Amino acid sequence: MSKFKKKKGGDLPAVNTASLPDIVFMLLFFFMVVTVLRNNDLMIKNELPKADEVEKLKKDRSVFIFAGKPSEQYQAKFGTESKIQIGDKFTDVSSLQFALTEARQKLRPELQDYVVVALKVDKETNTGLVTDIKEELRELNMVKIIYIAAPGSVLDQN
Amino acid sequence: MARRATPEVNAGSMADIAFLLLIFFLVTTTIEKDKGIARQLPPKQDENIEPPIIKAKNTFIVSVNQNDQLLVEEELMELKDLKEAAIAFLDNGGAPSGSPEYCSYCKGQRLPTSSDNPDKAVISVQNDRLTSYKMYIAVQNELVAAYNELRNREGKRLFGPNFVYTEKKNALNEGKIPESQAEDTEEKLKKIQELFPLKLSEAEPKKRGE
Repeated sequence: MSKFKKKKGGDLPAVNTASLPDIVFMLLFFFMVVTVLRNNDLMIKNELPKADEVEKLKKDRSVFIFAGKPSEQYQAKFGTESKIQIGDKFTDVSSLQFALTEARQKLRPELQDYVVVALKVDKETNTGLVTDIKEELRELNMVKIIYIAAPGSVLDQN
Repeated sequence: MARRATPEVNAGSMADIAFLLLIFFLVTTTIEKDKGIARQLPPKQDENIEPPIIKAKNTFIVSVNQNDQLLVEEELMELKDLKEAAIAFLDNGGAPSGSPEYCSYCKGQRLPTSSDNPDKAVISVQNDRLTSYKMYIAVQNELVAAYNELRNREGKRLFGPNFVYTEKKNALNEGKIPESQAEDTEEKLKKIQELFPLKLSEAEPKKRGE
């Protein structure tokens, strides 16, 4: 009977923290895997317009084009006119084709035919610039595009 | 020499190091969630080919000027009314019953002055070069919303109340539909798309003063 006697002394045993590093490491690896370190510094203001009828973008087959006014620290150098940025440098409409072909070649070869051009354009930009970009894309036969937008609706503000 | 037991490395600070790294990655992580309005641009065209002639009643002209004001079918309109107007136009089904162009599933007013059927109906958007991109996207968004609403309606009518077109399409794009059903779903989506094909045309933007 004495086998089942409760032990005396009400000291709470300390919680074993030996597995704490494991848990933390697990979290660490999760965040390491999902982290995308920004590989292109944006030199432009890039506030996206709002839209709610949106589809998800497939990352592995997309080429990004940014456009907008140069951000403040670059305005002295590049002025305040809207500019196009691909990768980490400014591009002119006339040299857009070259820059896009270059960007496409960085994709995986089997996906190069399914390339989607993601347009990240600041909401203050003029539509004319976007039209110019689209003209160049048609010339290159990269006709699948996606206008990246921020979630939300313009109508909510009114 | 006396043999010495190798002293155990104190691993107590391991958690601290891991925490430090964890916090670094937590802070730098931006889980990117790029979403947007997908579009297919028209392929490059030969300039000699005459564009097909479309009846005026089958076009729905949306113009946006440099002050971001909306002109729909020659009338000033607020952005919030655009979706309704587009739905009314697309869903009109003006062709008389019995004619080959008759639209049996349309629920519109069947005005003879508006579109014959959704297949014929074309929405044409004309922007000024100085229109803001924000407005451009807002207009596109409203027009896509009009199409989506009609497609959702047809999806529910044809395949039951649980078949919401936009939801199924997103699920398919994200690979959330099991492979056994994927093909079937794709076919159903195609069927709905045929009922209300997306016909959005974009005119060359006018330069100011033209």
